[in-house]
Amino acid sequence: MSRVLNDLRQDLSRARSYFGHVFLHLQKDLRLEWRSRDSVVGMLFFALLVVIIFSLAFDPTAAISRQIAGGILWVALLFASFTALNQSWTREQRNRVLEAHRMSPASPSALFLGKALANLIFVSFVELILAPLFLIFYNLHALGEGWKMLIVMPLGTWALVCNGTFFAAMGLRTRNRELLLPLILVPISLPALMGMMQATTAILTGEFDPGLWIRLLIAYNIAFTTVCLLLFDAVLCAE
Amino acid sequence: MSCVPPAMAARLDVVSKLYGNFAALRKLSVEFAVGSSTVVLGDNGAGKSTLLRMLAGLIAPTRGTVSVFGAEPKRHRRRIAYMSHEAMLYDELSALENLRYFARLQAQRGDCACGGPERSLRAVGLDPSLKRPVGQYSQGMRQRASLARVLQADPELLLLDEPFSNLDVDSARHMVELLTEFRTWPVMGTADDQALRGRTIILTTHQAHLAEPLAETTLTMRGGTVASTISRSAADPDQAKEDAR
Repeated sequence: MSRVLNDLRQDLSRARSYFGHVFLHLQKDLRLEWRSRDSVVGMLFFALLVVIIFSLAFDPTAAISRQIAGGILWVALLFASFTALNQSWTREQRNRVLEAHRMSPASPSALFLGKALANLIFVSFVELILAPLFLIFYNLHALGEGWKMLIVMPLGTWALVCNGTFFAAMGLRTRNRELLLPLILVPISLPALMGMMQATTAILTGEFDPGLWIRLLIAYNIAFTTVCLLLFDAVLCAE
Repeated sequence: MSCVPPAMAARLDVVSKLYGNFAALRKLSVEFAVGSSTVVLGDNGAGKSTLLRMLAGLIAPTRGTVSVFGAEPKRHRRRIAYMSHEAMLYDELSALENLRYFARLQAQRGDCACGGPERSLRAVGLDPSLKRPVGQYSQGMRQRASLARVLQADPELLLLDEPFSNLDVDSARHMVELLTEFRTWPVMGTADDQALRGRTIILTTHQAHLAEPLAETTLTMRGGTVASTISRSAADPDQAKEDAR
């Protein structure tokens, strides 16, 4: 009995240490971004540009807007997030800080999780600024259950940043990593993109139930988050 | 009288490292005893940095085996610290913020001989209250902050790649004094293995004269292998006697 308790205590201590490291990495990434502001500003500028250009090019009616808005929103966020994803690892490569992480006794997956959470916050911040502008430019109001967007947005954003953070790290040692990231990330994110766009369209038009697409997003996120966490050690330590 | 061989901090056994067709190390076999201090000399491309990076566990050998404290280097991450040509610090953070971050990642076991980030920075001659980010430091200041980072890790095997580059002569001398003192820091451990514990330094440099106080053994590398080994006891019997006393 005491041995079981002892094991349990050790597991708890390990978990506390692991999540302490995740928080430490997250805190550091937020601080770096606060001081440099290079990811969020780039993302915001790009996303705004896409939204404005599309609204000027199509001049859609309210009904058509509801049909196309899901696609435009997620494509804008996907391409905007490439900026943040590439930037987040570039900082680690500068001055070879990544090698200090490779030598650290802390778990590599904690570094990954901390960075993915930081990217989630950056992209969510851009979404918060983009959302009201999007509603104004496309004259949108949801005919379905609008509150469900509060589920779809974080799920969709996590699908983008989790895979994006992982594949951006994989591309670190390649010469054309800015080009490589979209080439890998877009095909792999297709099921998630499909889910995000369909769920958003379902909520905006109210024509069908977004439940199936939300479940798809949850399953996709569980599967890919697990795989990324398990494989990150190999990615970080690859020569 | 029985002669017990010294415990080994690191060992390379017929190690080769190839980058494409270029051999950075060629069938290199070398050992570093626990508590020893070795200066590695050699021209650019001789394989000095590759040797250190391999001992740090950052690169794997193409052939041969590398062991640190009797196992793969990555199994002893807490016991090894590596200072590279570059600072390995975040440009946007101050030196103290950087050191605190790495100290928390290292999660030191109990008491640390270094005394924490603030004392490490003071020891290398930097002001811990300096708010300026590392990106605005001079090269010499970065080098010193980088040394503070490795010292606060409280390592038993300290790997230093060109630590005197970008430093003026006085700063380099101060660094050597600090490293000499570092070797005397107590190593935390159980009483059983206390005899096997000691601070080992392996340092590469082009400025051999500056590193002389640390050169118990001097390895000269050429073309990826050891061209000569000189131990201080062989080179200077009087100094050896003094060391023994």
